[in-house]
Amino acid sequence: MAKRKTTRMALTGNEAMAFAMKQINPDVVAAYPITPATQIVELFSKYVADGEVDTEFVPVESEHSAMSACVGASAAGARVMTGTASQGLALMHEILYIASALRLPITMCVVNRTLSAPINIHCDHSDTMGSRDAGWIQIYTENVQEAYASTIVGVKTAEKANLPVMVTTDGFVLSHSMESLDVFDDQDVREFLGQRKPLYNVLDVDNPITVGPLDLQDYFFEHKRGQIEAIFEAKKHIYDAHREFAEFFGIELPVFMEPYRLDDAEYAIVVLGSSAGTGKEVIDNLRDEKGMKVGLLRLRIFRPFPYEELQQVLGKVKYLAVMDRADSLNTMGGPVATEIARALYHLSERPIIHSFVYGLGGRDVPPENFYEVIEKMQWIAAGNTPDRMVTYVGVRE
Amino acid sequence: MAQKAKTLRDLARMKRALAPGHRACAGCPFPVIVKLVMSATDYPLVVANATGCMEVTTTIFPYTAWPVNWIHNAFENAAATISGVEAAYKALKRKGKIPADKEIKFVAFGGDGGTYDIGLQALSGALERGHNFLYILYNNEGYMNTGIQRSSATPKYASTTTSPAGKVIPGKLQWRKEITDIIIAHNPAYAAQASPAFWSDLIRKVQKALEADGPSFINVISPCQPGWNYPPDLSIELTKLAVETKYWPLYEYKNGGWKVNYKPRKPIPIIEFLKPQRRYKHILNRPELIEEIQQEIERRWERLLKLEEAFPLKE
Ligand SMILES: Cc1ncc(C[n+]2csc(CCOP(=O)(O)OP(=O)(O)O)c2C)c(N)n1
Repeated sequence: MAKRKTTRMALTGNEAMAFAMKQINPDVVAAYPITPATQIVELFSKYVADGEVDTEFVPVESEHSAMSACVGASAAGARVMTGTASQGLALMHEILYIASALRLPITMCVVNRTLSAPINIHCDHSDTMGSRDAGWIQIYTENVQEAYASTIVGVKTAEKANLPVMVTTDGFVLSHSMESLDVFDDQDVREFLGQRKPLYNVLDVDNPITVGPLDLQDYFFEHKRGQIEAIFEAKKHIYDAHREFAEFFGIELPVFMEPYRLDDAEYAIVVLGSSAGTGKEVIDNLRDEKGMKVGLLRLRIFRPFPYEELQQVLGKVKYLAVMDRADSLNTMGGPVATEIARALYHLSERPIIHSFVYGLGGRDVPPENFYEVIEKMQWIAAGNTPDRMVTYVGVRE
Repeated sequence: MAQKAKTLRDLARMKRALAPGHRACAGCPFPVIVKLVMSATDYPLVVANATGCMEVTTTIFPYTAWPVNWIHNAFENAAATISGVEAAYKALKRKGKIPADKEIKFVAFGGDGGTYDIGLQALSGALERGHNFLYILYNNEGYMNTGIQRSSATPKYASTTTSPAGKVIPGKLQWRKEITDIIIAHNPAYAAQASPAFWSDLIRKVQKALEADGPSFINVISPCQPGWNYPPDLSIELTKLAVETKYWPLYEYKNGGWKVNYKPRKPIPIIEFLKPQRRYKHILNRPELIEEIQQEIERRWERLLKLEEAFPLKE
């Protein structure tokens, strides 16, 4: 493995993502500010103003136009990035589907923040979960180091799969927390990413094409089917991008998931993002002090959904707690729980699954949340049946 | 660079047009507008098109009527989309990925719904940011693609499916807003109103717009046969009457100044423009309403003349 030079820096999540964007030096960035992602746009504008990048920065008048301009720029063959959160992502919603269906590898840094109402600027995953079926690859990161690296590997993944990618951090928990991390040299990042090779290009005026035509009953389904197949194929591209990243930089990232002390676990917790750090500590305590067979699985890539990988690592678990930082408002709990239940349903051996919704609107996620979750699973293991499919953790009921 | 079309014969020879077989209605004038725009220049063009009749009728897969690069994103974002394309062009040129001498021009086409209403914000943003593009509004004064609903371009008393003439209410009750004024408030590099009947004026305006350094805008009247409900052979005639009645003044704006390009010597009363259109059928026997429309036309015309006088256009 060719280990590249790294430099130790102290950066917040937003600074690390903006720094990665500087190193990537995209052709076009079109973005609009929103807490807690604002700094990414601000810092990047400063890189532009200082001539540290030669990106064309488009300071749009809304997130809807941000994503619309990203679509135009990406269809013109450019390497394109943006960043947003919450209401901004919701405002982009219409165009997210167009970006993916046009097979445009836009990379977007999303800082997870809840959706109004009530208005609140703090973390939960309702924003990105709301765009889970928009055809984007979704990468949830646990810490600032991973957010930095995932931004870089996100671009590689997007351009291999010709699909857009969102890389997320938990609002404030990561976006505004300083961590020391290892960063690469600009040159190495640029060499690793190389040039984008677009599928098509509306600036190729010698070969005119029509992009985004009306597509009716006689062709639409075939075209949609092609896009769906691209999501199936994205798994291979995701593995390839991460393998190439590891080979180039000598640093391994977990790909779809990070199992933690899961091998012989009877009880397991699934969780996304920064809460996994707290969860791992609880797992350590329960294992090392109480001798409980507990483990954790941090799901890093939620789209495409890694059902085969999950079947392999979760099939033997007896009691599975799926912790969602979002509620589907469908009386069954969170979206991750629902999808994991679907993924494991056909296994002859499969866990009893219960959905837990936690940390909404930035509610602090202390270790007690995880202990409570495990206790509830023990209560279920003792033969009790919860009257609902979901339990809410850390809320005054 | 630009082709010069002086005579109708020159015009007929111009090749860059929508391919035959597109699905625009009989008599729809926007294929004429597109041809005039594309033929006005030899520059390679990239076109962004808002959702609407033009997009729908010219591209049904697996066909396309467009001889140039064309992109449709959504309804309200043609201006944002073209600004992204233009930003990519600038960046790729700067980075040497596009040859420095390769000149491409960027044009967005939007209907009045996609421009006055749902797309106004995106257009305003793109104008303010100063992208180099030409926005052509083909103005059929309603949401025609979805079946003739009112827009804020729909004129007062016109009947549409969402401002129907009823027993109590005589069609739309509001004046249309002056989009060209709103655009001019952005101080673009160039703005104009045009009409396909005055084709050489339209071509000249497109050429000026494309040569201008910065965003430009042309509001082109584009009657809708089913929407305005008139015999299909009258489309171009109506775009002429619109100008001769002062309903649709031909003017341009540049460097902070106005120029009215055509002042009818004997303006025709507005009733002649309204009469063939069945969207006005319910007011044809209400002279007080027609007089009200006439008065508003005079007010706007006088205002335009005063602007021209106070701030004459200097090239
Ligand atoms: C966000 C959104 N809202 C509504 C529509 C439905 N829609 C499609 S075209 C259209 C009207 C277009 O009107 P206009 O811009 O005037 O163009 P025209 O059809 O008259 O050419 C509407 C309402 C849409 N496609 N997208």
